[in-house]
Amino acid sequence: MNSLGPHANFIVVAYLVAIVVVASLIAWVWLDYQAQRRALGELEKRGVKRRSRRKA
Amino acid sequence: MALIDLANPTRFLSLTDRVLPWLATATALVVIIGAYMTATAPDDYQMGATVKIMFLHVPTAWLAMFCWALMSVAALGTLVWRHPLADVAAKAAAPIGAALTLVCLITGSLWGRPMWGTYWVWDARLTSVLVLFLLYLGVLALYWTAEDPNRGARAAAILVLVGAINLPIIKFSVDWWNTLHQPASLMRLGGSAIAPTILHPLLVMAFAFFLLFFTLHLAAMRNEILRRRVRSMRMMKAQRA
Repeated sequence: MNSLGPHANFIVVAYLVAIVVVASLIAWVWLDYQAQRRALGELEKRGVKRRSRRKA
Repeated sequence: MALIDLANPTRFLSLTDRVLPWLATATALVVIIGAYMTATAPDDYQMGATVKIMFLHVPTAWLAMFCWALMSVAALGTLVWRHPLADVAAKAAAPIGAALTLVCLITGSLWGRPMWGTYWVWDARLTSVLVLFLLYLGVLALYWTAEDPNRGARAAAILVLVGAINLPIIKFSVDWWNTLHQPASLMRLGGSAIAPTILHPLLVMAFAFFLLFFTLHLAAMRNEILRRRVRSMRMMKAQRA
């Protein structure tokens, strides 16, 4: 691996920013999925069904 | 499964459940390969090791524009055909596009300081990308603050289509105006001006970012479909009460 030279700080901060933003996006998508699944599960447990399911 | 079947949200959900694990695995593999190629790429003869910032900056810049172009097609689907998945696609893409545009702006600024001697100049390329970021924030504000989701979707679709005018301005700003930002080095007549030792890691990182985008976008679309189901079920429950 090459040395990052005199501007190493700029390179490291750029990669840290990218990692934090991408990790935040992944976490947001994952947590949102869990929240929606939980909400759907609770509604179905209370007997609320979608119209398409009721017809079936 | 015919392509038209995907217009059905339930069928789309079952497709995403099957495709997402494979797409996420492929993304992780290409990210690892890209990270290795980035770490071992030689320094540029002029820019030194700061060329490694390019492996983040350029793919995120491409995706910032690609994502808005995708949202523009989805906006047409919302306004013209009222396709059920068109607004879902646009709404799911907006936060991802905004985040990637932010990474593009920050990495560009961090690259500019050692190379140009400044974090920021109000030249046409930098300013038009900043405008793109502000447009993303505007679309998100419309989605998140609209009381009626359908009206919010239509307003966001109009803003997306108006904002699409900015895409050719970003692309050709370095040709039309005298900018501090360099002109195109890869997609230009006469072929790439980048040495293969730097071009190859760049293309692999770009592929990794595009895979990441498609994975996140599909997952976010799945979330949005589920959110709409939750909303309609809560409304049914409220009507029954």
